[in-house]
Amino acid sequence: MDWINALIQGILLGGLYALFAAGLSLIFGVMRLVNIAHGDLIVLAAYLGLSVTIMLGIHPLLAMFAVVPMMAAIGYVLQRGILNKTLGDDLLPPLLVTFGLSVIIQNVLLEVYSADPQKLDAGTLEIASISVGDLSIGVLPLLTFGIAVAIIASLHWMFYHTSLGRSFRAVSDNQDIAQLMGLNRRHIFGLAMALALAVTAVAGVMLGVRTNFDPSIGGARLIFGFEAVIIGGLGNLWGTLVGGIILGVAQTLGAQINPGWQLLAGHITFLCIIAFKPRGFFPRVSG
Amino acid sequence: MSIENMHVTRRSKASLIASFAAVIILVILISAPLWAGRADMRLMAELFLYLSLATLWNLMAGYAGLVSVGQQAYVGFGGYMLFSLTMFAGLSPVVALIGVAILGGLVSIPIAALVFRLHGAYFAIGTWVIAEVFRLTFAQVSSLGGGSGTSLPISIIKSMADGRAARESLSYWLALGVMVAVILAVYLFLRSRKGLALSAIRDNELAASSLGINIWRTKFLVYVITAALTSVVGALIFLQKLRISPDAAFSVNDWTAFVIFIVVIGGIGTLEGPIIGTLVYFLMRETLADLGTTYLIALGVVAIVIMLKAPKGLWGIIRDRWDLQLFPLGYRVQTTQSKKGS
Repeated sequence: MDWINALIQGILLGGLYALFAAGLSLIFGVMRLVNIAHGDLIVLAAYLGLSVTIMLGIHPLLAMFAVVPMMAAIGYVLQRGILNKTLGDDLLPPLLVTFGLSVIIQNVLLEVYSADPQKLDAGTLEIASISVGDLSIGVLPLLTFGIAVAIIASLHWMFYHTSLGRSFRAVSDNQDIAQLMGLNRRHIFGLAMALALAVTAVAGVMLGVRTNFDPSIGGARLIFGFEAVIIGGLGNLWGTLVGGIILGVAQTLGAQINPGWQLLAGHITFLCIIAFKPRGFFPRVSG
Repeated sequence: MSIENMHVTRRSKASLIASFAAVIILVILISAPLWAGRADMRLMAELFLYLSLATLWNLMAGYAGLVSVGQQAYVGFGGYMLFSLTMFAGLSPVVALIGVAILGGLVSIPIAALVFRLHGAYFAIGTWVIAEVFRLTFAQVSSLGGGSGTSLPISIIKSMADGRAARESLSYWLALGVMVAVILAVYLFLRSRKGLALSAIRDNELAASSLGINIWRTKFLVYVITAALTSVVGALIFLQKLRISPDAAFSVNDWTAFVIFIVVIGGIGTLEGPIIGTLVYFLMRETLADLGTTYLIALGVVAIVIMLKAPKGLWGIIRDRWDLQLFPLGYRVQTTQSKKGS
């Protein structure tokens, strides 16, 4: 029974990881940008959620409606102002610039909010659960998973059924020709980053409701997100959800064997998968 | 001007002057225990070790195109191996350094076989995951203090040399020696046949492989050598600190982010770049460190501005302006009469 419980918890945890990963997958797929600061942006969103809940005295899930547009605006400005200048064949400029951003965000958060761990208070939602037979499933993880599925479904729909999605796919396939066809790729990239950070805002708030956070935890969230993206295969959003679930299940099963092995089990599973499938299970575009 | 008047050479006036200057500076640095205070020696030793890390990362990213963000794996591994070899195998710290180099090289072989299956961004993230696996694994080893880490026993520290001054001098000289060895090794490697192959791979992988260069093997060699040397540098870093913990040993900011900043600020793909970058980094750190986190924010801003405005770094600006090359690596055509670089 413990094992089935661990399995279900892992699947639901995978929803959170898919939220970390969806934004990454989007910008990696559209503009091949490796955003090292992604984890720190998740943490930034959590802190913005904290400020909004405290200032307005509202529930964290309501605060999301303020945090999402804030993060989207940050994303558009960041992309147009800085990140667009780094794009090209060379991996190093985006890597270095986002590493710089990562260090800047971490230290600004440290300066503003201090190193004390914080948490978003979601009241009774945190402890509510549904009983299914002998199992009891938390409402919050279930809600997180549901939000993840909804976001991935709508991103997928947007990608294949809207003109914005067509623009994203066009610049992803060939930037120069897309530009020739009259798309302004700088603007498109700005929109992609805005959308990615809007998803990140949701991820940050859900993270903040689930666990404690402090300015230093961004790096690990980035790695979880990237692992989910790579396991699922680049450019495949449903693949990213599968990647998140595989990672989540590996972690909870690892923790079931030995509490110290939780993260290690996730990483080892990831390394085993790339040893046999270096491009993940369902790649759509090449890296 | 006829063709007989011209010849191809690696040497230039600047590189000759630079090699003389390097010898003089080296003599001054070796004699530091005679003229420098304890705090200064510690700072200089740290500078030497950062310069070594930067030179090694530059060899990988700037010459072999292996952009790793997981070199902290080997820094931490080296540190932990030094502690293990001295605490459990009873080796003296100096002898243990040789063991650390061998172990670092050995452990990197299966890792290379795995991460070399990944390319570009995947490779970068893959190396970071490896470093995390190292961190989490060492946090599980209770005989090394688990997650909270351990200190080097006093008996081992005392066995290094008699008296505090002698120990501090030895530790300083080790750092200096490793820095000189790393720079010399990278310099000689780049001047060798393999180094030429590496430059060819960096400039155009397809063309290089069509000329018969085995790309995989060349990169593999660079990765393993870098891992072995990075482990030794890591061992010395924690020999200076005398205390190790998983979070400090495998810190991505301390051992990779700052090192990348150093290389990019100085100038990637040149041997001079990391030297200038390290000096700038320490200058900033020593003048701004009182400001606390503000200094790190400033460092991030400087790195971003340099990458966007001058991607070849400070040394790139200097080289383009005066056509300088302190380490004679490239070839240049000279006329026998005027001796001017062309």
